[in-house]
Amino acid sequence: MIPAAFDYHRPGSVDEAVALLARYGDDAKVLSGGMSLLPVLKLRLGAFGHLIDIGRIPGLEYVKEDGGFLRIGAGTRQATLERNELVRARCQVLADAIPLIADPLVRNRGTIGGNVANGDPGNDQPAIMLALGATLVARGSKGERSIAANQFYKGVYTTALAADEILTEIRIPVPSARSGGAYVKLKRKVGDFAAAAAAVQLTLDAKGAVERAAIALTNAGPTPIDASDAAGSLVGKVPDEKAIAEAAKLAAAKTSPVADRRGSVEYKREMARVMVTRALRKALERAGGR
Amino acid sequence: MAMHKISVTVNGTAHSAEVESRLLLVHFLREALRLTGTHIGCDTSHCGACTVLLDDAPVKSCTVLAVQADGAKVRTVEGLEQGGKLHPVQEGFTEKHGLQCGYCTPGMMMTSVALLERNGNPSEQEIRQAIAGNLCRCTGYVNIVKAVQYAAEKMR
Repeated sequence: MIPAAFDYHRPGSVDEAVALLARYGDDAKVLSGGMSLLPVLKLRLGAFGHLIDIGRIPGLEYVKEDGGFLRIGAGTRQATLERNELVRARCQVLADAIPLIADPLVRNRGTIGGNVANGDPGNDQPAIMLALGATLVARGSKGERSIAANQFYKGVYTTALAADEILTEIRIPVPSARSGGAYVKLKRKVGDFAAAAAAVQLTLDAKGAVERAAIALTNAGPTPIDASDAAGSLVGKVPDEKAIAEAAKLAAAKTSPVADRRGSVEYKREMARVMVTRALRKALERAGGR
Repeated sequence: MAMHKISVTVNGTAHSAEVESRLLLVHFLREALRLTGTHIGCDTSHCGACTVLLDDAPVKSCTVLAVQADGAKVRTVEGLEQGGKLHPVQEGFTEKHGLQCGYCTPGMMMTSVALLERNGNPSEQEIRQAIAGNLCRCTGYVNIVKAVQYAAEKMR
């Protein structure tokens, strides 16, 4: 399969890339690892006159801890993150998810920025951004701005990014002591999108009661689902199985999945409940609560 | 038509070419360079038959543009044999019957080579994880795992 013709640009800096985006507007698309975009072009589900390849721009690939944040360059490849000690030590929910994204060959090319900014509800990292309360940093013609992850996702393939903006960095608040996170995903086979998947991040107080909690779901609606009400039901409680079950039920009620070959609406909603239950148990255990 | 001049080193040989923006790396290898050992399977980045090493990392060449490989080092199955001697991975697939129809084999071997270059002594689990993006419909993977283990031992 051959994509429709387009022109290819390889800017040497973010500023050059932004200028190209400003010039070509909706007819331009950012190419990062290309693992979502190239299949779309090949299957002719989409077409753009200009691809702006940000894959060679220096300074977009890094992972560092700085000022209480884990800062990840948007161009960092999934395979790099998978082997990164800082990610493993500071961000269990992300470390859980990476080996479950696509397959190892795809992870050698695909980037976290692409996964987060693509706007496909099937991507795994958007729900993680919500659960972690991440800040997404974008650069555009008007300069740099920070967007809270819970303000980022507007609809299928629609995000808060303007046509001339590029996601450059992901800032994750480093979880405090007595915190735990987990990502649990149900998929039919390696490489598949989730039938249901849940990201959980929580912090306990000194007595073992939940101080803060966040739950988000992948592929359960047009955008990643922020189930903050469900998470809120846990706050102040030393969570037992009953509290976990209640929170998982509330989270599943927030979903609006569509039926496809991965299952019916009822099945997916039920699996969302099960994934949240498992993720909550795992996160609690990691936080030292059980 | 948007054309771009690219330079790619394939199996140690430098190549320069003018390519269309939309040309895929697998088509560049097979059609421009006539290196047809790299197969096109699903053409949708699922099966891994088209796997080549791009700067030493295994990638699906049906989902990489030829222009993205500009300046890079590419290795294909044709580059494994050196001086008439099979690569230990090729030998392993022969000795352990790591194939039946052979369609997935070039990609499977390139992924295996990359694994063994990173990890000289992989466990069965690590081998199975590494080849998770390469599909084989004949073998059930059992003999492929044995082939990689054979090669690992041979390379030590």
